[in-house]
Amino acid sequence: MFDNPPRPLPFAAGVGYKPQHYAQILSDAGPVRWLEIHAENYMGAGGRPLAQLRHLSERFAISVHGVGLSIGGEAPLDANHLARLKHLMDWLNPASFSEHLAWSTHDSHFLNDLLPLPYTDATLARICAHIDQVQTTLGRQMLLENPSSYLAFAESTWSEPDFLREVARRTGCGLLLDVNNVFVSATNLGFDPRSYVDAFPTECVGEIHLGGHDEDHDDHGAPLLIDSHGREVADPVWALLAHVLAQTGPKPTLIEWDTDVPEWPVLQAEAARADAALQVLA
Amino acid sequence: MSKTLNTLALLGAVAASVAGHTTAANAAEQEKCFGVSLAGQNDCAAGPGTTCAGTSTVDYQGNAWTLVDAGTCASIELPAMADGKARMGSLEALTRDLPA
Amino acid sequence: MTGQSEFHAALLQADQPVPSGLTDGQGRPAGRRFAVYRNNVAVSLTEALETGFPAIRALLGEENFRAIAGLYLRESPPTSPVLSLYGAGFPEFLANHPPLAHLGYLPDVAQLELALRQSYHAADSTPIDPATFQRLTEDNLSKARLRLAPALRLVRSPWPVVDLWRYATRPGSKHPSATPQDALILRPAFDPEPHELPAHGASFLAALAKGLPVAQAIEAAGDDHDLAATLTLLLQGGGITAIDLE
Repeated sequence: MFDNPPRPLPFAAGVGYKPQHYAQILSDAGPVRWLEIHAENYMGAGGRPLAQLRHLSERFAISVHGVGLSIGGEAPLDANHLARLKHLMDWLNPASFSEHLAWSTHDSHFLNDLLPLPYTDATLARICAHIDQVQTTLGRQMLLENPSSYLAFAESTWSEPDFLREVARRTGCGLLLDVNNVFVSATNLGFDPRSYVDAFPTECVGEIHLGGHDEDHDDHGAPLLIDSHGREVADPVWALLAHVLAQTGPKPTLIEWDTDVPEWPVLQAEAARADAALQVLA
Repeated sequence: MSKTLNTLALLGAVAASVAGHTTAANAAEQEKCFGVSLAGQNDCAAGPGTTCAGTSTVDYQGNAWTLVDAGTCASIELPAMADGKARMGSLEALTRDLPA
Repeated sequence: MTGQSEFHAALLQADQPVPSGLTDGQGRPAGRRFAVYRNNVAVSLTEALETGFPAIRALLGEENFRAIAGLYLRESPPTSPVLSLYGAGFPEFLANHPPLAHLGYLPDVAQLELALRQSYHAADSTPIDPATFQRLTEDNLSKARLRLAPALRLVRSPWPVVDLWRYATRPGSKHPSATPQDALILRPAFDPEPHELPAHGASFLAALAKGLPVAQAIEAAGDDHDLAATLTLLLQGGGITAIDLE
């Protein structure tokens, strides 16, 4: 349906790129074979961010991960933002583009959070239309990521795996399976994470995310996990990753660490652990 | 106009003194200070749990502004703003010698 | 049905009830779980302002800054998903916030911080070789228009805005004294740096930026302008990218 990018993401470990690691990534990448950037941080006209990105892209496959398109928004997609995204994608020609099953803009306010959606036929139609628009504009397939959920909508009529399967079927998009998000949502909403994975259209998975979460609790004292990306990936999430990989086979697997960003060796060690999980399958 | 012409003559001299002192951009060298580069970075992480920042109601009425916690957080009293000294700290002296 | 309008309003106003139809996945009302989203919005936007306005934060103190950021982000949430430029209205907000009226310099310091970020993300450019000036006749030079670098920014102020910024962000900087300063931000490579302009230098630059020829810019700045000093700053910081001759 769409042309493949010239240099796909390797079936290996990657990390979310942070500028403080720039020199060390170039001198000692270790097991890290690819990098993911947040699209919105590279939408300036020039300067060091774009210069570094261009340089890194000569050495590493790059995945562009959008956090501001508001694919699930009730309003039409922001045409200016979509144009900025296309400009970046045309300039960089990265290996991959992904976004979230979420909304973040309403009434021209960008709320800077990935907000939840009811899984209804109306939501499905809207999201599919938006993904069609993105894929047509960019001229390539995109991946859609499963969210971290802290609550559920009484009006939902679809399960999340079925909803994502139907989005992929209708639009031809791929899926980004965030294993930590599955674990966080399962804990928070009280479902079995392995059953979720078993119901997930694993044949559509083009990329896997891993990240750390924090622990909190709700009004009833029930555990409420927060997708903080501020620490090591939790052990049960590594176990769930093995369960996922057993079904998907090796996939590009990313460590996300966005808050309290550690020194490079700590991030490298997390990537090495992801790499080991992939090697087991080889 | 003659003054301007004299000044123009100066430009050449200045340019000569500066020539060779400009530095070329090193394509993408490591940042020395991350101040600006880390300003307003987008990411997809969630905040630190259900702490109070999001659930505090923020009231602002005239010259008195307070933070009143609607959730589990204790109320926060801010210093009186009447003379501003309470919040100026080390810059207190500064306010005196600034032009009005 | 829970529309995004209702969700949006409740996110920004904690005295609004949690939207109906939200559960904990077990059929109980979502309650405190909704606070996770409220918190994400407030904390992440506060942090964006903190990293964007480190001098204002240092001047006010962290607690006061966070309180003011909380007011601002609810009054003026970002209108673009590109957060690197969030806070364009923050200087004006500070100027119109009565409890800060006695700190009249805050808006200008905030304006300088905003200009630094704009400069950091501005388009790249190649500075001219200063020797180019020497090859021009006086007549040519007088009619020439100088093209300024896209990363160049000018912040005019009745306050010692450069010294205030340095004092707030760089430990050991000199104590600001009661002298007005106009700031010129230059980005010779990738790191923007504010400089204090000589008196009337801002008038010279403003005229150049308007596209006026060099002779008119010199006249606009008047006789008390130290042209050599301004030009040295400009050339050393890569602020001129071309000389357009008629």
